[in-house]
This record gives sequence, C-alpha cells and structure tokens, in this order.
Amino acid sequence: MSFKNLNYVHLSKYFYIFSIALTLAGIICLSVFGLNYSVDFRAGSNVDITLSKGITAEQVQPILDKLKIADEASISPGEERMNIRFTQVLNEDQEMKLKGEISKLDEKASFEVNTVDPEMAKELARNAIYAVLISCLGIIVYVSIRFEWRFAVAAIISLLHDAFMVVAVFSIFRLEVDLTFIIAVLTIIGYSINDTIVIFDRIRENLRFSKLKNRQDLIELVNRSVSQTIMRSIYTALTVFVAAFFLFLLGGESIRMFSLAMVIGLLFGAYSSIFIASPLWFVLKSKQKNKPAKAS
Amino acid sequence: MKRIFAFVTVVVVISGIMAWSTPGLLKSVHLGLDLKGGFEILYEASPMEGGEKVSRQSLLKTAQSLEDRANKLGTSEPEVTTEGTNRIRLKLAGVTDEAEVRKLMKEPASLTFRSKDGTEKSENEYNKIEMVGTDFVENAAKLELGSMNEPIVAIKVKDKKKFAEITERLLGKPLAIYMNDKMISDPIVQNVLSDGTATITVGGDRKKAEELRDVINLGALPLKLTEKYTQSVGATLGKQSLDKTIEAGLIASAFILLFMVGMYRVPGLIAAFTLIVHTWLLILVFVWADFTLTLPGIAALILGVGMAVDANIITNERIHEEMKNGKSVMSAVKAGDKHSFRTVMDSQLTTVIVAAVMYWFGTGAVKGFALVLIVEIVLSIATNIYLSRFLLNLLLKAGKLLKPKYFGVKESEIREL
Repeated sequence: MSFKNLNYVHLSKYFYIFSIALTLAGIICLSVFGLNYSVDFRAGSNVDITLSKGITAEQVQPILDKLKIADEASISPGEERMNIRFTQVLNEDQEMKLKGEISKLDEKASFEVNTVDPEMAKELARNAIYAVLISCLGIIVYVSIRFEWRFAVAAIISLLHDAFMVVAVFSIFRLEVDLTFIIAVLTIIGYSINDTIVIFDRIRENLRFSKLKNRQDLIELVNRSVSQTIMRSIYTALTVFVAAFFLFLLGGESIRMFSLAMVIGLLFGAYSSIFIASPLWFVLKSKQKNKPAKAS
Repeated sequence: MKRIFAFVTVVVVISGIMAWSTPGLLKSVHLGLDLKGGFEILYEASPMEGGEKVSRQSLLKTAQSLEDRANKLGTSEPEVTTEGTNRIRLKLAGVTDEAEVRKLMKEPASLTFRSKDGTEKSENEYNKIEMVGTDFVENAAKLELGSMNEPIVAIKVKDKKKFAEITERLLGKPLAIYMNDKMISDPIVQNVLSDGTATITVGGDRKKAEELRDVINLGALPLKLTEKYTQSVGATLGKQSLDKTIEAGLIASAFILLFMVGMYRVPGLIAAFTLIVHTWLLILVFVWADFTLTLPGIAALILGVGMAVDANIITNERIHEEMKNGKSVMSAVKAGDKHSFRTVMDSQLTTVIVAAVMYWFGTGAVKGFALVLIVEIVLSIATNIYLSRFLLNLLLKAGKLLKPKYFGVKESEIREL
C-alpha cells in the first residue's frame, strides 16, 4: 500500500503548518468569541421538554410573559422536544408554575430542568485542567524512565495538541460546550497518549538494532517505524472512530455533543500520533546527534 | 487432545457463567442520575440565626436527617454526601412529586421534647409538645460521665422556670425527645430540675449518647439549607437516552467483533471472546464494588474497550508481521506475543498513570471517569493479554491452527526467506 512507504518526516512540514494554522485560528477564535457555553457554565435555567404533540413557540411565549420569566429566554421548538433557556435562575415557584402551564398544553410532557450555579461547572473545569496538567508530569516521569525525555516531550505536545484542537473546533463552529465536554476531552487525552506510545515503542525497538550515522538514517528509522505500525494505527483509529460515530448517530440527545467531541478528538488523536508526535521526536533527536553531516 | 479439551472447557465454562449471571448483574448495576432520571440538589448550610460557623457535627447530623427524610419519602437509595465544610449533596431517584420533596427537604431539623396527652394510639407515642429546639442553649449539650462511669448527656435550657414546671408536672413520667417525627429517646424525669440543667442517661450506650448530644445541639441551632444547584432529570428522558445509548453501544460492539474476526480469523475469534469476558468482568466489578454507572463511566468504558481492541490489534498485527517475514506459525506467535507485550503494557500503563493522577487530583465526574478507566485497564490486561494468549497457545500446542490462513494471512503475502 502506498501510505506504507510515505516519507512521514518529510511530509510533517505540511502537517505542522496545518496544525499551527488551526491552533492560531483556535486561539484567535477563543479570544474573540470564546466558547459557546451551555447553561452548565452560565447562571440560568435550561428546561428540556419531551412532548407527545407539537407545541409552537407562540403557544409558550405567553406563558413565559405571564410568569414574568420571558426576559431574553430563548425557545427552540422541535418535533418531540422543546428547549427553553432562561438567562435567570428560575425559583421553585416559577419552575412549578411553568411545568403546570405546559402540562396544560400537553398532559404527557416530561421535563428535564437544569438550574445551575455556574461556579460549580467552572470549578470542575478548572479542576480538570489542573488534573490534566499534573498528569502530564506523570507522563514525563514514566516515559522518561521507560523511553527517554524526548519521547515524553513529543507525547505531551501531541496530547495537548489534540485536546486543544477539539476546543478550537468547538469554538470555531460555535458548538455547545457542556459538562460532558470536559469528560470527552479527558477521554481523548487517554486515547491520544495510548496511540502515541505504541508508535514510540516501535521507534525505541528499531533504535536498538540500528546504527545511526547521519540525519538520513534517523529519517529512515522514523519512517520505517511509522510505516510498520501504520496498519495498526489505522485499524485502531477505525474501530474506535466507528464506535464513537455510532454513539453520535444513535446515542441519546443528551450525549450528542459529547460523542461529537469524541469523534473529532479521535481523528485528531490518530492524526497527531503519526504526523506530529513522531516527526517531533525526530526534530528533538536530530538536534542531539552532534549535528550530523548534512544528508545528501 | 488434552489441550483441545482444556480450551473447550475454559470457553464453555466462562460462557456458561456469563450467560447465567448477566441478566441478574445488569439488573443490579446502580445507574447514576444522569442515566436513570432523578433529582440532585446541592445545599449550602448556614446557621438559622447569627453568624455562627457550621460545625462538622451538625453538618453530618443534618445530612443524616436528610437521608432519613428521603428514605421516608420512599425514594430508592437516596445518596447523601457532605462536601467541604458546609455543603451537602443529595441525590434522589424515582421522585414523583418533586415540589413536595424539595419543600420537605429544606425544612430545618425540628427538635421537640414531648409528653403524653391521651391522644396517643400506642405505647411509644408522645403527642404533646413540651419544649422545642430553640428552648435549649446553643451547643450546650455535652457528653459527660456519670457516677458509674456511664456516658450521660448534659443539657442546658434557656428558661429555668418553664423547665422546672415541666419536670415537676412530669415527675416519674417519661419526657420523650423527638427529632422531626422520630423518637430518639424517652427518659423518665427523676427530679424537679430548677437550675436549668439536666442530665440524660441512655443506658450506658456511648453511641446513643453521642447521637443524642448531636441531635440536641442541631435542634438548638438548626442549619438553614439553601439550594445552590439543582438538577432534575425526568425519568422518561433518562430512560430514553440510556436505551438509545445502549443500542448504539451494542451496534458498535457488533461491528468491532465482526471486524476482529474478519481481520484475524481464529485469534480474532478469541479476541472477540476475551472482549466479551472483559466487559462482563467490568459489570461484575461495578456490582461488587457498588459503583454507580454514570455518563463519565460510560465514556471511560468506551475508551477502555477501544484500548482493549487496540491491544488485540497490536498483538495480531505483530504476529502477521512476523509471519510475513517468513517465520513459522509457532515462532511467529511466540515472537509476536513477546514484542507486543511490551508495547501494550507501556501504552496501557501510561494511560493508567494519567488516570491515576486524574483520580488523585480530580473531583466529581473527573474522579469517576478516572476510576472506571483504571479498573478497566487492569481487567483488560488480565483478559485481552493473558487470557487471550493462554487460549491461543492452547490451540497452537494442540497442533491446530498451524497454517497462516487461520490468522488471516495469505500465503502469497509471506516473504520467502
């Protein structure tokens, strides 16, 4: 197969450009527009209603006006579901009245009400970021012992890359970020490190049986290692991707954004292991080789 | 023959146990609120009056009384946890009248001392309220030792006269102590107490004495609970999304298993078997350790299964590689196992380290995710590395499978040495 004999190190230039461009776009988008936070991260109430018959926004609006909770509330009607988002936290009384009024329109309506103090969600997010950063230290220690520090650095850059890419994509496409998003990013990080280590393991194995005289030897070694593991990378990415994709297509509404984040993250995870992590290790390693003679 | 017999026995016995136990196990998995629907409230407790600090004791006591109340409402398995110095998290499932529950839960602890007034229907009932919680001096109930070295509870009231009048009237009769509507103790009044203090004996039971002390202190200074965060998930919605998610999971699993068998033939079949064993063991651990399955848990499960599949793919790809380099089936499997073992271990251990750190430093959902992931990887190493190798080697040593095609390798792909 053709991709078995690709010059990954050579190609990585383009992928670096792609990743850096996307990172920059992500940073710009994040700093200008931020993320489209769900009600988890904003004070306010979110009411999801499962309906047995169609109810239009026009029918609901008067109820909100009557209860004096219409202030910037947005209503998104659907076939079987209706979502009403309030910019204020409904008190118990308002919540009960709202449910009562809507039940008058549809007796079988079932409600999912989230009333969130954003402080809790922010606390969890902050905590998750700390946990990820500290676990990077764990990776540095373990990988430095089992491999060498260059692998650790490359692995961490690639896993942070994956996590950030998902955040960037969510920011660029204005996809909604809720609490499950944090869990999805953690999952992606787990996958990314697992995926990267397998390729690194092959580089380590090949290193032991090779004499590296110059830069060209090193390039060949990285290319050989990646191509020896490329089938595994593809199969694994494919199976995990398909599993996540089924979850996205068929899973419940409440985990749709979660599965989407997983699908995007898994693709980036597979991509970065091959095109970012391994070439990055090469860059670090080639600096060490006492400036080997320029390859022909 | 012996080895074939062993192989068949292992597979049949494990399959039998799985088939027999799975329905029961599935029923006993605890589902989190996000999956089965229910109601979660985070309370912040503050003293009813004044700026006194919330003591650990009264917080625990309040949490306990919330649990008692939830139990009384007939909700299934209320989960009450205290967080930090002044927060209580309450999780309830199967709530039908949410408004009622929220109202009941918020009511402060009510401590009453009661006597009989003739309307009681049974021996252990006391209907006439003589004193209420605020009649007692805040935080004055203390554990002391009586003359026989038995634990007693000393209390102090605010109104000496009232207390003297009550004790005089009830001399020789019981004065029962109630928390909300639950009787804690019904000591007999021994003396007329005019100095505003009293001691209560509880029959030498230290635990009971401690409980009484905490109850009285809480009653004297009840905590006010404010809802900091509430989340309610309609049971039908929870059920709907769970069913859909399980359906999606089953379809994805079927695809993965078919893929493994299609790609790797006999070892693929073994991998499919060990993947099923792996998932079954995970459910077993969930039930035994009384874990609650939540969405983060499912996320970890997906990642874990993905990594388990990866372990199988790595091993089998390596075996393919060795075969294509011209090794015999036997030595290809041996070399493939040996080389891939280190790869798989390193990749899984790195992930365990990440998960362990997340568990250590994370909170809530992050912790749950990390814990499930760690358990899964350990199980995965047992099944997808050790069990599958054991089974494959049984078949090989029995002299079966000695052709590369059983591994999904075509003769034409094998390079001549």
